Amino acid sequence: MSFITINNQQSVPLSSIPEMTYDLFFDSNITLIENHEERHCVLYFAFRETGNIRLICCIADDLQHNILVSSSLVSSDAVLNSMAARNLSFEKFEREIHENFDIGFVGHPWLKPVRYAENRADKTKTIPDYPFFGIESEELHEVGVGPVHAGIIESGHFRFVCNGEQILHLEIQLGYQHRGVEQLFLEKKKLIQRTTLAESIAGDSVIGHTTAFASLWESLSGMSADYEMQYSRTIAQELERIAIHTGDLSAICTDVAYQLGSSVFGRLRTPVINFFQEWCGNRLAKGLIRTGYNPYPFNKALADRLIAVLDAFEPDFVEMNSELSRLPSSLSRFERTGTMKYDQLLSIGTVGMSARMNALNRDIRLSHPYGIYPDLNHVPVMKHHGDVYSRVQIRKEEVIQSVSYIRQLLKKIPDAGAAQEIPANLKPDSFAISLTEGWRGEICHAAVTGKNGELVIYKVKDPSFHNWLALALAVRNNEISDFPVCNKSFDLSYCGHDL
Amino acid sequence: MLRTIKILYHQGKQFIPDLRKANVPGIFRGRPEISLDKVDSQALADICPTNAITTSPVGIDLGKCTFCGECSRLFPGKIRFTTDYKLAANSRERLFIKEGLRTPVSLDPDLIRKDIQRMFRGSLKLRQVSAAGDNSCELELNACGNVNFDMGRFGIEFVASPRHADGIVITGPVSANMAEPLQITYDATPSPKIIILAGTDAISGGIFEGSPALNRKFIEENHIDLYVPGNPVHPLTFINGVMDLLGI
Ligand code: SF4
Repeated sequence: MSFITINNQQSVPLSSIPEMTYDLFFDSNITLIENHEERHCVLYFAFRETGNIRLICCIADDLQHNILVSSSLVSSDAVLNSMAARNLSFEKFEREIHENFDIGFVGHPWLKPVRYAENRADKTKTIPDYPFFGIESEELHEVGVGPVHAGIIESGHFRFVCNGEQILHLEIQLGYQHRGVEQLFLEKKKLIQRTTLAESIAGDSVIGHTTAFASLWESLSGMSADYEMQYSRTIAQELERIAIHTGDLSAICTDVAYQLGSSVFGRLRTPVINFFQEWCGNRLAKGLIRTGYNPYPFNKALADRLIAVLDAFEPDFVEMNSELSRLPSSLSRFERTGTMKYDQLLSIGTVGMSARMNALNRDIRLSHPYGIYPDLNHVPVMKHHGDVYSRVQIRKEEVIQSVSYIRQLLKKIPDAGAAQEIPANLKPDSFAISLTEGWRGEICHAAVTGKNGELVIYKVKDPSFHNWLALALAVRNNEISDFPVCNKSFDLSYCGHDL
Repeated sequence: MLRTIKILYHQGKQFIPDLRKANVPGIFRGRPEISLDKVDSQALADICPTNAITTSPVGIDLGKCTFCGECSRLFPGKIRFTTDYKLAANSRERLFIKEGLRTPVSLDPDLIRKDIQRMFRGSLKLRQVSAAGDNSCELELNACGNVNFDMGRFGIEFVASPRHADGIVITGPVSANMAEPLQITYDATPSPKIIILAGTDAISGGIFEGSPALNRKFIEENHIDLYVPGNPVHPLTFINGVMDLLGI
């Protein structure tokens, strides 16, 4: 066997991951993915090991519900054949390995910096010198936007090549939000520090990232969250989806100058995040998810409040959506705008709702279910046009679906379990991976421990890592004035990407 | 048209009439109160993820606190978070909450530059810079202008260009990669101009304090007009802080 088969949120001894020459590693992983739409690379990363570089590749199989992990040890000055040259979905991973460890990849289509990480191999490369693709043309022009944008949003740079008003090419340059998150996971030793870090990876996906972290930690500690903790995490995850999707519908309306939709969806989000505050004291649910215990167990009083919130929310949400989807002025901006085809989405490894917008079924709740998701018999919402309108419809239908899941869960509230003892040390010499389905899509955390159970490497992958490229491709041949609504319909994370 | 009117009717009244006196729902972690109970203060300080707790006297630095709630969970008799959301101040010292004191957090009137109130009281336009903010404070600053909080009623608004702005609002711990764009944005803002730090990450670096990926020189070298604690800042904390600064 050239890989070990593990499940989501499982930990295994590092030595159980088969090690092979790079050529075999290359062939094995390419063979797993090529012509297998049900498989994609969830994580491919490197770390230093006694002067060499250890590569670990994790391929998720959505039909078998497992993850195929393999490894290779290469020298620190290795120049390797690029897997991205064969399968584009490895593109970002290889760039990251190149940026951090100076490993060469022959045949890579564009081996450019990813985020100008603090611990990058070549410090002479700095963010103002990013090597954009240029144009040599009298007719075309470039438009640069950012890193500081017009609205209250995070920082990143967009460079358009346009023919008049039409976008021919967009290059998205990120890294401005880099805070050194993965390194801080190793340096900050207290569990509460690491939990706080997980909550701060992307402040709009607190539940998704913190659940991924807590589950990983529990796995590496040999513990498992009790039913009540899983229950609370599931309700919280679906509430986060409702809140952010609703807020995004508001922002999408803003970008097509539809004032009523902007205001109504904006105010509809308020009671949902205010419920988070009633539950755990924070509107974005920071403080709610903890490893080994639940500081805010769900109870009957909270359930009654939540039912009241949802009862008031749902009819107004449905009414506003039905109005939005019959307004010719909004539909003309949404339909056939920012379109991605199925093959494109598959080739670049798109995940989450950005994949589901055109028939690519990527949803960890179904494919690698965790917690109590198996009980919900989740059926992903799928659309088939890949345009802004598909992304609007996914949001609308996922909100309604999440409301129904929460209603279903609220019928039976479990009793809170006792807090568990958290072992001081993690399992030694181990590897673990933890996937959750945040509102954007698949969130991946992974860790490797050393011989005393200390963290040796911590990896975080936000769905935005892949999906930014989908946005860049989606806007080609669109009017540049449609860029804001395209961008908002994806609503990707800058800090989740930059870490 | 009729459908639009129906939708409008269904919204009812959403705005908060008095932003000065509004109550926040539930168990908001606002201004902490620290009792004079004797506790193992070192054990208490060791809990904190960001070294926000001092030992003698026992106190909490709201500029460092991420409001994680661990201290009050483990020492409930010693530390209690009230729902008082008025946390903004105009000096770092005023963000220290000492044991035994229950005084509200407030601005020092003598530290407010005179031209600020004279020029900006009726209209304050702000440019936001996310210097590696995690998008939580950004979401809450956006919420300040929504139909619920509507800070535009006081002439306080976020604008698209620093050229139109009277000051900047910084979120995030200031990454090294954002240091230059932050300086450029500030330089592009016409004087007189103010600087507001929104959120614990901006005020002290928060959980990212000490990361080599940060560059906090801008924060250290410039006069800060308003510190707004929170993780993220609550819209009411931000709006009340700015109103205090402007003397509204
Ligand atoms: S609530 Fe604030 S002071 Fe208390 S432990 Fe958390 S960060 Fe520290």
